[in-house]
Amino acid sequence: MKKSIFYGSLITVVTFCIFSFTKISSLQSGHLPKVNSDNAGLTLPAGFNASIVADHLGEVRHIAVTKEGDIYAKLGGAKNGKGILFLKNNNGSLEEQNGFGDYGGTAMRINGGYLYASSNTTVYRYKLNENDEVIDPSNPETIVTGLLDRGEHNSKSVTFDNDGNIYVNIGAYSNSCQVQDRTPGSMGRPGCPILDSAGGIWQFKADKADQTYGDGTHYAIGLRNVVGLDWNHQDNSLFVMQHGRDQLHDLFPQYYTDKESAILPAECMYEIHKGDNAGWPYIYYDQIQKKQILMPEYGGNGKKTSDKKYLNPVIAFPGHLAPNDLLFYTGNQFPEKYRNGAFIAFHGSWNRSPEPQAGYFVVFVPFKDGKPTGKWEIFADGFAGIKDIASPGNAQHRPCGLAQGPDGSLYVSDDVKGTIYRISYHK
Amino acid sequence: MGMKNNSSKGNFQSQPGLQKSIVSGKIVFKKYCISCHQADGGGVPNMNPPLIQTSFVLGSKDTLINIVLNGLKNVDIDDETYNNPMPALGTVLKDQQIADVLTYVRNSFGNKASAISAAEVKEVRSKKK
Repeated sequence: MKKSIFYGSLITVVTFCIFSFTKISSLQSGHLPKVNSDNAGLTLPAGFNASIVADHLGEVRHIAVTKEGDIYAKLGGAKNGKGILFLKNNNGSLEEQNGFGDYGGTAMRINGGYLYASSNTTVYRYKLNENDEVIDPSNPETIVTGLLDRGEHNSKSVTFDNDGNIYVNIGAYSNSCQVQDRTPGSMGRPGCPILDSAGGIWQFKADKADQTYGDGTHYAIGLRNVVGLDWNHQDNSLFVMQHGRDQLHDLFPQYYTDKESAILPAECMYEIHKGDNAGWPYIYYDQIQKKQILMPEYGGNGKKTSDKKYLNPVIAFPGHLAPNDLLFYTGNQFPEKYRNGAFIAFHGSWNRSPEPQAGYFVVFVPFKDGKPTGKWEIFADGFAGIKDIASPGNAQHRPCGLAQGPDGSLYVSDDVKGTIYRISYHK
Repeated sequence: MGMKNNSSKGNFQSQPGLQKSIVSGKIVFKKYCISCHQADGGGVPNMNPPLIQTSFVLGSKDTLINIVLNGLKNVDIDDETYNNPMPALGTVLKDQQIADVLTYVRNSFGNKASAISAAEVKEVRSKKK
């Protein structure tokens, strides 16, 4: 992975060097950089500005910001035995404190006086004191354990409702439930057996120790892989962002051109209620035809629809953009149109070749009472640091996590270099 | 990065047919490999491994041929983990196609390693199981 950066274009390498040097200089002062004048290289709507508040932290997945403005950051892989970083706010500068949690993972959320974190198999929680500091970093409580990790789609994200429940995604360890995963022409496994223990959302008690599959509720099925999910408090329901299937052209070139495959299927936002089935691996949502289309692995040809109907998406985005976090904005700092709307961090695509890769931005969708009230728009762009992204390895930053600060600022984490951005609005 | 296949340099590059194999291999690569491994061979971090100077690409020909024939899953490559499986392409690709694509990969993206022949692929295939 590191090598790919060095074998990228010369411009990328030079930019990378200059960038690194600047940030390391800032770090040596003992404080993390607070403001930079160029919006940290991001393009934003008028009135917004961005700064880098922390950098070079490692592979930062999801983040949580406390009411004091401190940040907890979850690393994909533990670094020096620390999988959770704690950045303490000292009059606007963040100072890195002792890390903890010797496991990699994704989830990082604060709920009900606890910090929740996940590995790829387990959800832990740490009790916080009145200043939102972890009281006993070495002894978390295990809330859910024994969840499937077979490599593919193994990250476990979490969110919470208002009734003491935690929702955990368990991604399918497969692209499209083929007999031979990602093999050209291989057909779908009958009655896809993956769905009994993955490819869905499970509900558990947020405060009960040592739960596993049997203790929870299989809340929703037919979701291939969800990384970003959030509870919408206006209509009291769960919203998730699905990573849609890959490689339609590679696997079934008789039905899909590479251009079609670059945009299909949609990356879908679903509103989820208990018992919903979003249809993976039997159907996908085609945002051009605006239909549920039968997967080619199950007899589809790009046009055939399924007899059985599944949940329709609330919003259908272009394919492969990889939504890695979802946040409903409840702050007061941003203008009226942003209140209760959805921010989505798109990690960026990899399977659009030979088309350029896409995504690598943060999107906004206006919402009211849990329903979108307008079209989605790109809110923050430029994370990749280059215009044409031929290969994901060339991107300097990839948005991965979102959090709302106590003043209503939006924080965005990056899992390439471990940069944390803070986006604010000033009249 | 472009291909490095100057036919006047290096002992293996003077082999007749090398250039032809690389050209054919690039076509196979674009059809079956490019989505995951990318046009620059850089792969996708955490998902699909790069093909740039890795021990598997530059190392044992038999091991490399075996990966294409039979796939690979949950194996760390040069201390990095990749979550997506490599599909078994033994029933999808012919011996000559596998030889060509591996010769292309071993002579692209800054790699410089000997060509792989259809006969070598055939031999590994016959040893299977």
